[in-house]
Amino acid sequence: MHAAATEVTASLPIAVSYLRYIPLAPLVGVLFHVALGYRLGRRAVGLVACAAVAVSFALAAKAFLTVLGSAAGTVVTDNVYQWLSSGEFTANVTFSVDALSSVMIMVVTGVGFLIHLYSIGYMAHEEDYARFFAYLNLFTAAMLVLVLADNLPLMFVGWEGVGLCSYLLIGFWYTDPEKASAGKKAFLVNRIGDAGFVLGAFTIFWALVDLGQGSLTFATINARAAELPAWASLAGALLLFVGATGKSAQIPLYVWLPDAMAGPTPVSALIHAATMVTAGVYMVARLHGLFEAAPAALQVVGIVGAATALLAATIGIAQTDIKKVLAYSTVSQLGYMFLALGVGAYGAGIFHVMTHAFFKALLFLGAGSVIHGLHDEQDIRRMGGVAQKMPITHATFALGVLAIAGVPGLSGFFSKDEILASAYAGGHFGLWICGVLGASITAFYMTRLYVLTFRGKFRGDHHKWDHAHESPIQMTLPLMVLAALAVVGGYVGVPEVLGGNNAFAEYLAPSVGHHQLGLAAGTELMLMGISVAAALTGIGLAWVMYSKGPDADLILKNKLGGLYQQMREAYNIDAVYDALVVQPLMRASDALWHSVDVRVIDGVANGTAAAVNSAGEGWRRWSTGNVQHYMLTVLVGVAALILALTLSSLIGVAG
Amino acid sequence: MIGTVHYLALSAVLFSIGAVGAVVRRNVIIIFMSIELMLNAANLAFVAGSNSLGSMNGQSIVFFVMTVAAAEAAVGLAVILALFRNRQTVAADEIALLKW
Amino acid sequence: MRNALSLLVLTPAIGALLLGAVPNGAEALMRRLSLAVSLVPLAICVWIWSVFDTSRGDFQLVERVGWLPQFGASYMVGIDGISLLLIALTVVLTPIVLIAAAGSVHHRFKGYLVAMLMLESTMLGSLVAIDLLLFYVFWELMLVPMFLIIGIWGGERRVYASIKFLLFTMVGSLPMLAAIIYLAMQHGVGAGQVGNLSFALGDLYGTHLSPVAAQACFLAFFLAFAVKVPMFPLHTWLPDAHVEAPTGGSVILAGVLLKMGTYGFLRFALPLFPEAMVAASYWIGALAVIGIVYGALVAMVQPDMKKLVAYSSVSHLGFVMLGIVSLNTAGVEGAVYQMLNHGVSTGALFLLVGVVYERRHTRLIAEYGGLWKQLPVYAVCFLVVMLSSIGLPGLNGFVGEFLILLGAFRFNHALGAVAASGVVLGAAYMLWMYQRVMFGPVTNEKNLKLTDMTRRELATVLPLIALAFVMGVYPRPFFDVMRASVATTLAHASKATAARDLAAGNQPTAHAAAGASIRVRESPRHVVAEPEGGGAAAPAEDSAVPAAGNGEAH
Repeated sequence: MHAAATEVTASLPIAVSYLRYIPLAPLVGVLFHVALGYRLGRRAVGLVACAAVAVSFALAAKAFLTVLGSAAGTVVTDNVYQWLSSGEFTANVTFSVDALSSVMIMVVTGVGFLIHLYSIGYMAHEEDYARFFAYLNLFTAAMLVLVLADNLPLMFVGWEGVGLCSYLLIGFWYTDPEKASAGKKAFLVNRIGDAGFVLGAFTIFWALVDLGQGSLTFATINARAAELPAWASLAGALLLFVGATGKSAQIPLYVWLPDAMAGPTPVSALIHAATMVTAGVYMVARLHGLFEAAPAALQVVGIVGAATALLAATIGIAQTDIKKVLAYSTVSQLGYMFLALGVGAYGAGIFHVMTHAFFKALLFLGAGSVIHGLHDEQDIRRMGGVAQKMPITHATFALGVLAIAGVPGLSGFFSKDEILASAYAGGHFGLWICGVLGASITAFYMTRLYVLTFRGKFRGDHHKWDHAHESPIQMTLPLMVLAALAVVGGYVGVPEVLGGNNAFAEYLAPSVGHHQLGLAAGTELMLMGISVAAALTGIGLAWVMYSKGPDADLILKNKLGGLYQQMREAYNIDAVYDALVVQPLMRASDALWHSVDVRVIDGVANGTAAAVNSAGEGWRRWSTGNVQHYMLTVLVGVAALILALTLSSLIGVAG
Repeated sequence: MIGTVHYLALSAVLFSIGAVGAVVRRNVIIIFMSIELMLNAANLAFVAGSNSLGSMNGQSIVFFVMTVAAAEAAVGLAVILALFRNRQTVAADEIALLKW
Repeated sequence: MRNALSLLVLTPAIGALLLGAVPNGAEALMRRLSLAVSLVPLAICVWIWSVFDTSRGDFQLVERVGWLPQFGASYMVGIDGISLLLIALTVVLTPIVLIAAAGSVHHRFKGYLVAMLMLESTMLGSLVAIDLLLFYVFWELMLVPMFLIIGIWGGERRVYASIKFLLFTMVGSLPMLAAIIYLAMQHGVGAGQVGNLSFALGDLYGTHLSPVAAQACFLAFFLAFAVKVPMFPLHTWLPDAHVEAPTGGSVILAGVLLKMGTYGFLRFALPLFPEAMVAASYWIGALAVIGIVYGALVAMVQPDMKKLVAYSSVSHLGFVMLGIVSLNTAGVEGAVYQMLNHGVSTGALFLLVGVVYERRHTRLIAEYGGLWKQLPVYAVCFLVVMLSSIGLPGLNGFVGEFLILLGAFRFNHALGAVAASGVVLGAAYMLWMYQRVMFGPVTNEKNLKLTDMTRRELATVLPLIALAFVMGVYPRPFFDVMRASVATTLAHASKATAARDLAAGNQPTAHAAAGASIRVRESPRHVVAEPEGGGAAAPAEDSAVPAAGNGEAH
């Protein structure tokens, strides 16, 4: 399948009891906002929200440093209590931090803190301030439960919890029916994935029970995955991957993510770019043992990832809403991560999760800053030249674009390159081609976005231009920090061929195994050259085309014809789903109600009643309601009876 | 000599009078009295049977019947009284509220 | 407190009599008195919980007094973990309903309170009875107050709904009476003592029945319980009853009364006719799954909030039935837990629908919209309750649903998988309803004047919300109570279940859970000898029977 992966080191547990406070701190924040938020005012709410996440960050850092400073394979665990227990099944509330989850909690709390800070400025004019921060804190808590969980059921708590917060935050401005609908759509599409998740968990659980070890801890699953019957590991892995496609917006369940941009921009940055959507990637990496036991499933992961990366990238070219471009780019980048997982390069996938969190959060926050500065303008065709008014936003955004495009030296370059090299080295030539192509398109549409927004002349109404302003310090500070991270974040994983030691992969090795490329230095450099060339081509092409303004879209439109329209309308997948799934279901429901319930079942019941009724109608004539008539009947009857008895005895005597 | 048969005949006559009265009369009080007559006819038959069989069972049943009759009289008269207060009539065919 | 259970059953009835003596018009006094009365069973229940021995799976606190000795019927009551949990649910919901009554009942107030207390009495009676005849008496008596509550204090079509309710349930339960009597008469036959009748549940386990007779009896029990659950396609009385019932009636109907059906399966149908039940388990499972999907789909298109919740009950109770027929520990424990969950979350949902109904006198979804802006507290309460109903982890509904699906998936992959789709549909109709009621702009001017929840309304809903959190985060105490009892119940069917599982290719799951006071004998020899689940009835000695139950009074 793939080049020699070193054995995952047996875990060395360190028992602690502070991990529980990592998710608990934001949860306390939630309680505070709910109980006191509306009474104590904005300042207190913002302060508490950030402080809660800061506490989590500090504790996460402590756990991270413990893992970093201890022998390879150290796992910090905190066993809180037994949550569920029924028959063979038990699930504990146990949090654990190993190399893999330590990276995740650092990203979640770190980026999360910056976004909380940013939100203080971004949401300053919002009426429902406390509600927003309550949701945001709740999300952070749920996400932390997701990554800290040491077993599948507990992970599912966080998994659904983040889905809930996503629902609430997308529909934050609930008075707009469209936004509320987008939230509902996100929740429902995720639920479809979640059903796959639990069924996958069940499959694995019962197969493990048959092996004599009914447990859903990640450690057990990974350790015994190889012994599972082939159908169980395959079905389990595929079903879990269905869950991942829901949460991480992959084909066929990606449709909720673009709509999710209805939420406030910090939400898009935190949930729909940096953290929640990477949960699927994290889950697959977490269960790498299971997926390796089912190579076919892994192949599916890789193919779905590559297809999503390419498909979403093409849609990204034609979008005109600044956030929609970023949304499709997120879908596309998530595809890269799954591509990495599919070729067995878990470390590379997680590396990309981290760098992507930096630059995509940066891009979203930058976009938010632009939207904020231009008073809720989101259409890039009516922007341009914003660089003059918003220098800090411009500079940081530009760095983000370069990072995601894969320009050498920035974080995106290192992670994306490792993914592509791994695909090539694993012999997945098709996936590699898709990846390179996608990289080139990514560079193209990101440059388009940048040029149309920040370069040239302002194309919107001049009123907005006059009032345009740089954002306050609470907003620009996170931008600057994230920009710095987007630049240097990649240097933890410099490949050996460039003189580094790939420290990141080394660090993750105890959790997910180390993936040796096994490529000659020359080949590796050549691959690097190809992907850099692809990226630069994309950037150059877009720069030349869009310097003239958004009308350059017409060139593409003429070249691509009807396909371009399809790209702009995102291939009308929503309409297809609506026609194939939603409408038939609604029609069936209506038919079931009116025909089966009302006509058939109630028809039988009411028909019986009617039959009894008409029978009674006949008998009624006998029942005049006059007691004396009844009595007469009784008397006549008795007399007849006596007569009959007498006669029969007489006949008896005679006989 | 008055034998058991005579008692039974008297009982039958009384019962028939009561039955006919209960069926043909419209005044609720008369109907009520007719029913009492039937009960007492039955009592008479019981006592006669008890005497002729030399068993006390019949007589003890008579006590039950008398108790029931007394209770019935109390309740029945109360009902009739209430009825009369409400409707100013004791004619059975005018009290047809529950009739379909 | 040797007579704790009798006290538990009688207190509400006595309270109802006391209440009858209160002069009409003294509503405040009635409110306080009824509440005070209903708190007594709650206190007794707390005491029972504290003395309940969770390590035993047999009946505890058994009382037995001769009733009709010549027919072998006695007043015999006792509880195990399963009934204790349902008793707890009943005594928690009743005070809440009585508090809510002040807002939703506007005429014949006293009669309503009396009916509610009588209802509580009969429900508790059905839950503690372990003599079949006594159970039947309580089971039928339960109908009377509910019939009155719907018929007198209901909505416009209350007469239709109440009679439909009565007829459906009566049609179901009469065959059960026949089966009960037949069973009692068969009791002595196996032991060579024809004519030695007994109605005591403990005596009737493993009664010698021919396979046909066992199946016929099971069918009779099935009919009675399936109507009550209600299982597809016997469910159509439920939406009508719910829509017409007053708020409190709906809460009790959904919260407790429906559970009597599922409880009946666990307490009577399964232990008395294990082979027949196991043989029918695929059919029942299929009906349950149809109910899950069907209920969810039909709920989706309901224009009336209460009807929507009623159909969601059909769906949720389908889960419970599916858990029961999976006949493994996870499935059955999940089912028992889901009974509680459904009582809590659906009860709260009905209370919440009642809140806006009292203000607007309509339950049509289309009449609302944008309520969050007007009633934020209400919207948040509704949100939490809705999430509990759709099984969000961290709240109660998840625990039950998860375990049921886990058990069902073991039982049959296809049924488990289709049932899982019910989880998606469940979220769909709830969220859609929530969106139409709470989100968007306020479109109907009448809603602009709505006021948020009053203190009394909060007092009815908040305890349930708190319970939802506790049961979701720390379910262990509840599972501790039921564990041994579920193991005992499953042990009655262990042989038949093992044969079924073997035929399905699963390894038989071990039913003996920790702490069960009985030992289940599972000899592979027997398993192989038994060809199909519905084979000949097993002689009593072979299936493990709990020690007490047929024992003497303590």
